[in-house]
Amino acid sequence: MIYQVSSTAIGIFIFFVLTVLGLSFFFARKTQSASGYYAAGGQIHWAVNGIAFAGDYLSAASFLGICGMIAFFGYDGFLYSIGYLAGWVVALFLVAEPLKRLGKYTFADALDAKFNSRAIKLTAAISTLVVSIFYLIPQMVGAGAIVMPLLGLPHWVGVVLVGSIVILIVATAGMTSTTYVQFIKGGLLIVFSLILVVLVLNKGIQRTPSSSYHMPMVLAATLSDGRVTTVADGSYQVLGQVAEKEIVFVKLAKAGIASWWKLRVAGATADLEETLSVVVTSAGDTLYNGEPKEAGKFYQVGHMSKVVVNGREVEKTGPLGPFKYIKTLAASEVVRFSKQAFGFAGEKVTLYYQNVTSGADIMKPGLYYKLDKGATLWSRLDFISLMLALFLGTSALPHILIRYYTVPSQRAARKSTIVAIAAIGLFYILTLFMGTGAMINGGLDVGSSNMAAPLLAKTFGITLFSIISAIAFATILGTVSGLIVASSGAVAHDLMDKYLKIEMTEKGKVRAGRIAAVGVGVVAILLGILFEKQNVNFLVGLAFAIAASANLPAILMLLFWKRTTSKGIAAAIVVGMLTALILILFSPTLYEIYGLPPASAPFPLQNPGIISIPLGFITLIVVSLLTKKRKTVAAEQA
Amino acid sequence: MLHGPSVELGKDRSVPKKTRLGVVMFIIYMVIYAGFVFIGARFPKALGARLAGGQNLAFLYGMGLIVLAAVMGLIYNFLCTRLEDRMNEEEQS
Repeated sequence: MIYQVSSTAIGIFIFFVLTVLGLSFFFARKTQSASGYYAAGGQIHWAVNGIAFAGDYLSAASFLGICGMIAFFGYDGFLYSIGYLAGWVVALFLVAEPLKRLGKYTFADALDAKFNSRAIKLTAAISTLVVSIFYLIPQMVGAGAIVMPLLGLPHWVGVVLVGSIVILIVATAGMTSTTYVQFIKGGLLIVFSLILVVLVLNKGIQRTPSSSYHMPMVLAATLSDGRVTTVADGSYQVLGQVAEKEIVFVKLAKAGIASWWKLRVAGATADLEETLSVVVTSAGDTLYNGEPKEAGKFYQVGHMSKVVVNGREVEKTGPLGPFKYIKTLAASEVVRFSKQAFGFAGEKVTLYYQNVTSGADIMKPGLYYKLDKGATLWSRLDFISLMLALFLGTSALPHILIRYYTVPSQRAARKSTIVAIAAIGLFYILTLFMGTGAMINGGLDVGSSNMAAPLLAKTFGITLFSIISAIAFATILGTVSGLIVASSGAVAHDLMDKYLKIEMTEKGKVRAGRIAAVGVGVVAILLGILFEKQNVNFLVGLAFAIAASANLPAILMLLFWKRTTSKGIAAAIVVGMLTALILILFSPTLYEIYGLPPASAPFPLQNPGIISIPLGFITLIVVSLLTKKRKTVAAEQA
Repeated sequence: MLHGPSVELGKDRSVPKKTRLGVVMFIIYMVIYAGFVFIGARFPKALGARLAGGQNLAFLYGMGLIVLAAVMGLIYNFLCTRLEDRMNEEEQS
């Protein structure tokens, strides 16, 4: 995608970053104790904590990833909204108050409160680190995706920028400044998402998104023995054609500029439909729609092919209410863009061609997770696995759990969770409108599914785009800060202080936390650069699966099963975490990253939750029963 | 540094009842959520069925799950607060 840099965007971005840093330094002066660094002194107001929860939770995955996934796959992206929000029910009803009663600074503290076991300290700290780092990767990838259009900088610069700013925030002030950064960002995200949705609804649904929208062209063509010989527009020259999965793509050239077209044959007539192309030439140059990047010919896309209101086809609807908007969309037809990659005469060609999809299909699951057409047992299990991981993952995320330590009472913990559910629920409802808004208003960059929300804002003007992008960047700052506080707690408090029993003063503990924050931040930067091409939402789904497999059996069984033993908890964490990690490494998505055919992956599911979560529970129960028995026998012999 | 809460918490006699209430409400929500997943996996066509106001089941069920979480949260908070006030007052008197 080609983006133009705007000085407004840069100005707003710098203003945001400076405000966040100023806030951080202000609170840094107050943070001298370990309690202040890790738990904000336990004195945050429940309403502030509730919105900070939202700021912490509504990460790059929610804002960039879900909106992008809805923009590309319709309702399937919204499944994540439903699952992420449902996870808060587990947090509220089962985990919030007991955790507040048990814990001090970290997730490991809560698990270890009853046992004082070194094995729990070690395994819980490692699991906190693994989950937080898996969660950090998509945030960093999102940061890179945001700075490209905002500041015109390469992906890695965005990752390094976010990493550096967050390290500065966390290393200076810890949980207090992190809380206020998350509070401000959470509030702004919800308010501006609401503004964006009001604009989408006010615009309504129309065939042509705007006067400047590049509507893909269609050329009449002549066929001979299944091959395109000439095009009606004589200025085009036919260079060749290729058939991929029963679709024929034709290469044309006009004034020396090559372009790719999709062949449509209806009876005796044939025509060619313009595609978006990315071609890596044999010389190693990358051409976007036949021209270098700087020519700006790789358009934003996404439009309707048919708008139907009350059974009649119309050009545009005018302003719509939210229910009417969804109803009209479901009755109409949308042009999505499908991807096809192949080699042609020494060139690597990637095409994005039009795929007319009925609104009815867009408004139900099935375009990403195959449930109906083309469904298999595995695709159905993948859907169940994802929904299970999302439902059980939230209350097992260490960076979310530690926010319960920042409030003064159990009642405050409960109330802040309800504020969080209301705020996050509202935001997730908005994602459906933002995602479909991007889908039909030319808000898609076919090369990056993470940019739908900011690009939708761009269709309403550069100022809104700048603000939304700056908020998205702040979104990442807020979440990454929380993750790094959780990770630094795991290293400095759980491992160094509790497990290795290194003698440290209060100031020494804070210093150790800060050094750990820098270390984790550097690792996150490196991984963020490595995983550039992945959808951030998908990556977060994996983090949820690991969290739910490693941590949830331990938390729930500790709270609700009296026969739970320390060895059972430690074993469940290890088995749950390793199973989830190993299954992810052998999954189709990772095979794609390795450059191998996804179909050859030994584990056919994309999300491991359906196997690794039950395995975590079974391990805990079996090991607890075994270790309990031995103790009893030993006691009897004594 | 001792293990324990980050702030000192007073004794709360309502804990067992609140825990039971939380478990019951969790089970209710889980069953409704599982219903959505089951329909999606077993009867995906049903999610496209048009229901009230011309909206399909997928939209109504999905939005319903989000709204229900907030409503059940409010009910839970109301009941817990009442339990805390009543049971901890009894102890004081």
